[in-house]
Amino acid sequence: MAINVRVMKRPKGKSSYVRATLKGMALTFRHMARAAGDRSDLTIQYPDQKKELSPRWRGTHVMEKHDDGRPKCVACGLCPTVCPANCIKLVPGEDDQGNRYPIVYEIDEFRCIFCGMCQEVCPVEAIHVGNHYENAEYTRHNFVYDLDRLMAQTHPVTLLWDPSDPAGE
Amino acid sequence: MQAATVPTYHEVAGDAFVIASTIKVLVVFVAVLVIVAMLTLMERKVSAWMQDRLGPNRVGPGGLLQPAADGLKNILKEETNPAEANRVFFTLAPMLSITPAMLTFAVIPFASPLPTKWGVVPMILADLPVGILFLLAFSSLGVYGIVIAGWASFNKYALLGGLRAGAQMISYEIALGLSLMSVFMVTGNVSLTEIVWKQQQMHMWFAVPLAVSFFFFWISCFAETNRLPFDLPEAESELVTGYHTEYSAMKFSMFFIAEYAHVLTVSMLMATLFLGGWDIPLWQGDNMLGEANGAWVGHAPRWWITILTFGAFATKTLFFILVFMLVRWTVPRFRYDQVMDLGWKIMLPAALFAVVVTAATVLALDSFGIEYGWKWAVALSAVNLPMLAIILWVMDKGHTLTGTGAPDEKRRVAREHARARAQSRRVAVPVNPRAPRAG
Repeated sequence: MAINVRVMKRPKGKSSYVRATLKGMALTFRHMARAAGDRSDLTIQYPDQKKELSPRWRGTHVMEKHDDGRPKCVACGLCPTVCPANCIKLVPGEDDQGNRYPIVYEIDEFRCIFCGMCQEVCPVEAIHVGNHYENAEYTRHNFVYDLDRLMAQTHPVTLLWDPSDPAGE
Repeated sequence: MQAATVPTYHEVAGDAFVIASTIKVLVVFVAVLVIVAMLTLMERKVSAWMQDRLGPNRVGPGGLLQPAADGLKNILKEETNPAEANRVFFTLAPMLSITPAMLTFAVIPFASPLPTKWGVVPMILADLPVGILFLLAFSSLGVYGIVIAGWASFNKYALLGGLRAGAQMISYEIALGLSLMSVFMVTGNVSLTEIVWKQQQMHMWFAVPLAVSFFFFWISCFAETNRLPFDLPEAESELVTGYHTEYSAMKFSMFFIAEYAHVLTVSMLMATLFLGGWDIPLWQGDNMLGEANGAWVGHAPRWWITILTFGAFATKTLFFILVFMLVRWTVPRFRYDQVMDLGWKIMLPAALFAVVVTAATVLALDSFGIEYGWKWAVALSAVNLPMLAIILWVMDKGHTLTGTGAPDEKRRVAREHARARAQSRRVAVPVNPRAPRAG
């Protein structure tokens, strides 16, 4: 039981509920008349019509690859270290020439918070976040993207900063 | 053949009557179901437009097939039966709710009589002499469906919703009945055809000469249809969805259809009682009553007049439906005690007062021997319009709807007024030591 509820003082002589109701109805009617016949252009008809993403939009990851199809990743281990959501799994390997490469590279898109720190920290610009957001799946384990899948992504990668204005001024 | 039947204008009888009635019943039933389905779409579209959205527009051109898609979905959905629910009444309730809503269309005249080769067909399913009493009886039966639904569900929210529906229906049915009394007193009849005829004879729709009744009837209709601002039985924020919390699939759909059927009924009823039914304004050619005592009363029926009058009726009904939707998406819900206050403390006494005043006016007009017609309209308007103004003024000034903690506020305001008065008379007024301190 709330006893000390402060009640807004209504000017009794001046307040008119009938007038207020009619005013409200006039407002809704005006909006209706303006939008009647689906003339409102505020709605984006999503599957047919898509909002243009900012170049800085951070979405589904992309792994860049060399011209011969190898991933650019050198398995330095910076991205799993910096990842705040701990969603990157990396098992590094080394070939005959001493080049490091990822044996396993998996990103759990479900755990990912799309902060973009993996892209920022990557010394060879291999892992990127991208301008893409439609990644619905039927099962949970499909959200774990392996190396092949990350390399197969075709959408543009995120521009975390403008090269002509690196300080963001 | 035609020359022999048309000038006398006999209404259809015998086999022709049976066939005509069957056709009318089928056509009207199908039309009503389609219109009710379309109303669900219209509600969604109108609400969307009011909020600068688009509403359903995926199924069919402009979303026109949305009701069909919804219906299909509801038929294919799983019917859930709560384990503790009373199975018999749980199943019975939606039927009890939808049947009266569908029955009430029978007595509403929707166009002027249609002349055919076999006689004149009145454009009303059943021209019952007790017309509006039938309608009141059946529309109030609808509350049984809601109360039983709430009780049989074995769910506290559903039960509360059902009880609220019952209480609300009782409170507002009184004001509704009383506001109809004035109409009955002026027309001297309860048949809806007769009421339309009397409005044509008065050369004015009852909305003006019986403005108070119109206003109260309108408010009561909002309560009767359980729609905002009186949708307490299904108050979503407090009762989940009230009486149909436990219902799913087609059973829920039946409640939904019943609600929209009710909206359609009361809109038609208001159009008939207060906006002249199918009467076309400012034109006397459509004034006709039908066959009475073997003679035709009124102008000659024509098929094109029937179509025009049906258009007029549809327009008026649509107007009321639109206002229903406009109000629903504008006005917030009343608190429960406010609903009861409005029903019992304001509408009941005011409606009684209006009935007495209207009765006195009608009696005076009768005893002065003034012929029924435009003079009645002027006299009744002269009485009713100021009365409506007074009632609105009284209802308006914060007497009806007061905020939470209002008694304290009233006491505080009264104290301030007393102090101000005393100040002007320079008499000391003791400050109430038990009064709660501000802040």
